[in-house]
Amino acid sequence: MSGFRDVCSSSGSVNVMIGVSPAEEGDGNAAAAISSEDSSSPDETVAGTELDLALGLSVGRNHSKVRSFSSSLASSSSSSSLTRESGTKRSADSSAAASKGNVAVGWPPLRTYRINSLVNQSKSSPAEDDIQKDTTKNGVKNNDASFVKSPMLVKVTMDGVIIGRKIDLNALDSYEALAKTLEQMFFHTPVTARCKETRRGSELLDGSSEYIITYQDKDGDWMLVGDVPWLMFLGSVKRLRIMRRSGETGVGK
Amino acid sequence: MNYFPDEVIEHIFDFIASHKDRNSISLVSKSWHKIERCSRKRVFIGNCYAINPERLIERFPSLRSLTLKGKPHFADFNLVPHEWGGFVHPWIVALAKARVGLEELRLKRMVVSDESLELLSRSFASFKSLVLVSCEGFTTDGLASVAANCRHLCELDLQENEIEDHRGQWLNCFPESSTALTSLNFSCLKGETNLAALERLVARSPNLESLKVNRAVPLDALTRLLSCAPQLVDLGVGSYENEPDQESFVKLMDAIKKCTSLRSLSGFSEVAPLCLTAFYPICQNLTSLNLSYAAEIQGNHLIRFIQFCKRLQRLWILDSIGDKGLEVVASTCKELQELRVFPSDLHDEEDNDTAVTEIGLVAISAGCPKLHSILYFCKQMTNAALITVAKNCPNFIRFRLCILEPNKPDHTTSQSLDEGFGAIVQACKGLRRLSVSGLLTDKVFLYIGMYAEQLEMLSIAFAGDTDKGMLYVLNGCKKMRKLEIRDSPFGNAALLADVDKYRTMRSLWMSSCEVTLGGCKRLARNAPWLNVEIINENENNDLMMERNEEDEREKVDRLYLYRTVVGARKDAPPCVTIL
Repeated sequence: MSGFRDVCSSSGSVNVMIGVSPAEEGDGNAAAAISSEDSSSPDETVAGTELDLALGLSVGRNHSKVRSFSSSLASSSSSSSLTRESGTKRSADSSAAASKGNVAVGWPPLRTYRINSLVNQSKSSPAEDDIQKDTTKNGVKNNDASFVKSPMLVKVTMDGVIIGRKIDLNALDSYEALAKTLEQMFFHTPVTARCKETRRGSELLDGSSEYIITYQDKDGDWMLVGDVPWLMFLGSVKRLRIMRRSGETGVGK
Repeated sequence: MNYFPDEVIEHIFDFIASHKDRNSISLVSKSWHKIERCSRKRVFIGNCYAINPERLIERFPSLRSLTLKGKPHFADFNLVPHEWGGFVHPWIVALAKARVGLEELRLKRMVVSDESLELLSRSFASFKSLVLVSCEGFTTDGLASVAANCRHLCELDLQENEIEDHRGQWLNCFPESSTALTSLNFSCLKGETNLAALERLVARSPNLESLKVNRAVPLDALTRLLSCAPQLVDLGVGSYENEPDQESFVKLMDAIKKCTSLRSLSGFSEVAPLCLTAFYPICQNLTSLNLSYAAEIQGNHLIRFIQFCKRLQRLWILDSIGDKGLEVVASTCKELQELRVFPSDLHDEEDNDTAVTEIGLVAISAGCPKLHSILYFCKQMTNAALITVAKNCPNFIRFRLCILEPNKPDHTTSQSLDEGFGAIVQACKGLRRLSVSGLLTDKVFLYIGMYAEQLEMLSIAFAGDTDKGMLYVLNGCKKMRKLEIRDSPFGNAALLADVDKYRTMRSLWMSSCEVTLGGCKRLARNAPWLNVEIINENENNDLMMERNEEDEREKVDRLYLYRTVVGARKDAPPCVTIL
């Protein structure tokens, strides 16, 4: 239980995010944001260091330092056990102390109540993780066809791209549509438009692209997109990330 | 004064409300002590383990209003185990037994059970007001007893508690004859709300001034509520992520227009921009605005709203408002007294442009002459900015700066922030509460000890180099009451230097510092009037106890000490050792 200083010196990591596990930030812009002493431009830091850091530590493991009231802390498989994680009030027993993460307990100093309100922007019923009740989000109710669908915006980041985007998942109806939209957003920029690799996008899903699409679910785990039925996916997705395939280790099943 | 009959003196004392003043009066003479204590109605106990209920009742038999605080402040950040303590039950039992005419109970960070609430509701016929802040251990069943049995209940205020929601009908439990409600806050309840019961309750409460609903109250219900309670002064709305359709929007806006007494607005966990717009009609009347849970509202919507709020005195907001937004606040809200800026994105994926920096803080200090309290979360700070802030705002009473990354230096000079905070304590002669962050050496504590003469509460994290730092503070700050330190290299030398200092303080918290078991034991021996608690919440606890029960060099993970007149408490859990 060393103080945070010990953590800093022993980890040797490029950036140690406080209050955050590296799982959340896979691209360089986050590193640039944090390490203000770092004078290199964002483009340079993007190169790959943070990817390795993030991926080595994060994907698929239980990193979420803050849980919604109902979910429990699964045991972690992370290799880096720098400091303890802080759980919610409910789980502030030994499990919190024992589970691993890159987070100083209780830092930043925010009440659990407040942290939950930031993390838990899920549109599902507040206290339950019940997937039967909540296979859709934000306006689409199972039993009310007349209810208008309002936008379900999730953030999308892509490795190597500084600016994240948001897309409206309610405007899509399938994984194909999702892949096509992402392809348009990220691969058909003015720069790449010249290279007529129009087929690249659909490769996002079938495994032949250099990139894969992953998403973070309600429990905070990063999963490969495409495994569960679309509606179920809608019910649990929190944000998306287009990852470089070379870095893919341990994406949750 | 001695020639006046007691009743006259007592009458004069009635005008003296502040706890500090009343405590002073009671020290003047024996007769004043007696008159004061017999006439005292309101008692504040900052640490529930400093005294026991029996002694309290003995001294203040006419008690009407009791405020109790339980867990130490850092419990808010998960640094204190659940089962640590702070149980209100023994207090309620004792008060009931002594037939105290309790009318008001305010609790903070205490453990409350349904059983306690039931007993409370049955024991005090004149009970009027229950305020629970950051408490836990009870369910909506407990609330149901309070609703059903407290005939004269005026105020039920639940702030940020962990309440198990049984989705029962607690709102239905308010009898039809209950019309005295002035304040109802159940914003922290997570489950569904019986809307019909709520509407009926609000409709029959003409004196209702403060209403804060939970997430489960939809927009149309809110509209109806506002229509039957246009007299509201303080409103907490629920959660509205969907844009309302035209008709609902118009109805809502119409209802809001009629609420001409509305001065304070909060809630808004998830609110679509249009819903916020509905409140434009009463913006200019607002003195207090809390949008700090509205994580999805973008900066520009916030700014547009705040531009109309010229009378704001209190603003709680997320950092998504940005520096530009704070500049708008600075030019609009000239009456601003308290500002809190919370982080909106702990995962730091957003562009840095959207967060706040030292620029926003300086702007606020320049534009808001009445500012006296600030809580500011940011990613970066500079000494120059802090020095400017100090010059602009010498009136700070509370100054809490939290730079998210521990040990972060001045981002333009890479130096420590000692000088910046030094300027703050030097300029703000009335400073009572301070939280420091960023890269800090012992020097900042030298400044604090030297200049912060009125400082009562200091929060330190990841700061300092040697014991000297803590010593500067202990020696210099004569009015220190609560000192809380985490992850800083202060050890036994500082802890033990002046044991009597702790007589003048309410409590000291030290976690992940350098104090050892031996040091704590020595302190406990030298100061029997202190409870010295070691908290070891660790799966390795048993191992540790076996291995080095007597290893005095073992560092103590968490130390919490406080003065008390009633000795070691009996309700400590296994993870807490009282030396």
